[in-house]
Amino acid sequence: MTETPDLGAPRIWVLIEQDAGQVHPVSWELLGAARRLASELDGEATCVEAVLPGYGVRHLAAEAFRYGASRVYLLEDPVLALYRNLPYALGVSRLAQTYRPEILLIGATTLGRDLASTIATQLETGLTADCTELTIDPKLRILAATRPTFGGNLMATILCRKHRPQMATVRPRVLPLPEALPRGATGEILAVELDLREADLPVRRLRLIPGAERLNLEHAQVIVAGGRGLGGPDGLTLLRQLADLLGGIVAVTRPLVDAGWISADHQVGQTGKTVRPKLYIAAGISGAVQHRVGMGDANLILAINRDPEAPIFQIAHLGIVGDLHEVIPELIRQLQTLRAGDSP
Amino acid sequence: MHTIVAIKQVPDTTHVRIDPETGTLIREGVPAVINPYDRHALEMAIRLKERFGGTVTVLTMGPPKAAEALVECVEQGADRAILLSDRKFGGADTLATAYVIAHAIAAIQVEDPADLLLFGKQAIDGDTAQVGPGVATRLAVPLITYAMRIESLDPATRTAIIHRRIEQGIEVLETTLPALLTVEKEIATIARAPLPNLVRAAHYRPETWDATTPVPFDPARIGIKGSATIVSKAFTPPRKEPGERMSVAESGLTRVVGQALQRLVTAGVLSSAPATAPRDESNA
Repeated sequence: MTETPDLGAPRIWVLIEQDAGQVHPVSWELLGAARRLASELDGEATCVEAVLPGYGVRHLAAEAFRYGASRVYLLEDPVLALYRNLPYALGVSRLAQTYRPEILLIGATTLGRDLASTIATQLETGLTADCTELTIDPKLRILAATRPTFGGNLMATILCRKHRPQMATVRPRVLPLPEALPRGATGEILAVELDLREADLPVRRLRLIPGAERLNLEHAQVIVAGGRGLGGPDGLTLLRQLADLLGGIVAVTRPLVDAGWISADHQVGQTGKTVRPKLYIAAGISGAVQHRVGMGDANLILAINRDPEAPIFQIAHLGIVGDLHEVIPELIRQLQTLRAGDSP
Repeated sequence: MHTIVAIKQVPDTTHVRIDPETGTLIREGVPAVINPYDRHALEMAIRLKERFGGTVTVLTMGPPKAAEALVECVEQGADRAILLSDRKFGGADTLATAYVIAHAIAAIQVEDPADLLLFGKQAIDGDTAQVGPGVATRLAVPLITYAMRIESLDPATRTAIIHRRIEQGIEVLETTLPALLTVEKEIATIARAPLPNLVRAAHYRPETWDATTPVPFDPARIGIKGSATIVSKAFTPPRKEPGERMSVAESGLTRVVGQALQRLVTAGVLSSAPATAPRDESNA
């Protein structure tokens, strides 16, 4: 680092996660949160800045400015072309040691969880994983990070009083995507040398076996979800029929994944994905907190359950007490009739 | 081949319930289990021992009761088990926990250097996934998280090829050894404990290390004192106002479904036409 940094203004940093030049939207969600935290802290005095590691990613800085970063630390090096734990972590940690941000936010993605833990250890600071809420503690004027724990049965608000930066990860879709500023929003790009050689790195990627078309549950508008009440894999067929009719995607609770009925990328909840669709149909789902933390922000939740005491009814906007094996076929039948009426 | 496996004894979170009167966590009667991902890490270590010979060391930090979990690991085939237990270790966050585990592993390695360190990808009580990466970073060994397969491992050249699950697919990485892997369940399937192991485990007592003996830990870096984070507040998730509810038994199937559908139409959530919407290919 050649420049002597101006440490005057407190900084909130957001790590920009990108793969092959595509920014993960969680980075913009976090920039939105960083702006809100900055205004809760002291308005204009706190800087919101972005850290952008990669190779050939300079053009992404313009996007970061549009989501409110006033400065982008550009860490460009061939050894950063593909994500690897060590060079990414060293790059960000060294930068943090120089510029001393107050807060560092990272997406709780596969990459972000891997990276954040290592950075926190290198900087000997506190890290709160998978936060569902970030605020400023009104008395202490520090980050108050709230996360579910004990499988979602309990929420804990966590503070990092003495160590800096205060680090937190947040899962995609937990925070709203902020509005981007108009094109042409600008800021400062600060390019930083990494000074690492490929020969010194212990891990290299041999190949990537691409996954099946990635299931985009996080951004689905309609989700038809099932739990243990489905009774067996046959129940999933019913869900799929309804999902196809609604243009939606099938989701499940953890026990169904553990039982091997369906792959883990369909799982919604504490150890699965967080979703915020327009419509979430929860069929045969009791509504354990572990599941609710992943779908409670859906615009409209329709619950179908035989048990009138099922906790899912506490959060459902609309509840049908009845057997899903009767209700879903009837829903499919009436939907088909409705659609047939719509289009002659 | 020496593999060190770090495990955690956790409350079985599927049995954790909230007291509806007080809103607090009911811990009584909740069974303690070995964190499920850690069991698979142990099993992988045992498979490697079967193939290359050598030993498996397992360690955990926890209360005296956690010795049960270690004995269970010996039943499965671990050779040596170490319990890191001291009131001074208590109240640790992931930073302080990773320090203790890393310091203990470094001490084990003075006598018996490890080729591989295995951790579960996360513990089901905290779900932070931070301790494994923290230990790798402190020990300055390569870290591979979300490992789901060891394609090859060569103790002689000290290299391994590991598959790890990432959002884009499966990343195949070559790493030098020793390395630290945090593992998914697919890494190894759990076998039934063989009878000779059960006999040995029946008489096995894990070694217990406290904060000073046989290895001194830095008092400033353990327990609450060594933690960077504190829990300022714990609460049960807030309840929402319950919504509208209809009963098939009371109002009849056709009517209930019809009314629900009408509500969905009114709310504008059925607008996407089925023909143009992306299909769910999950069954393929």
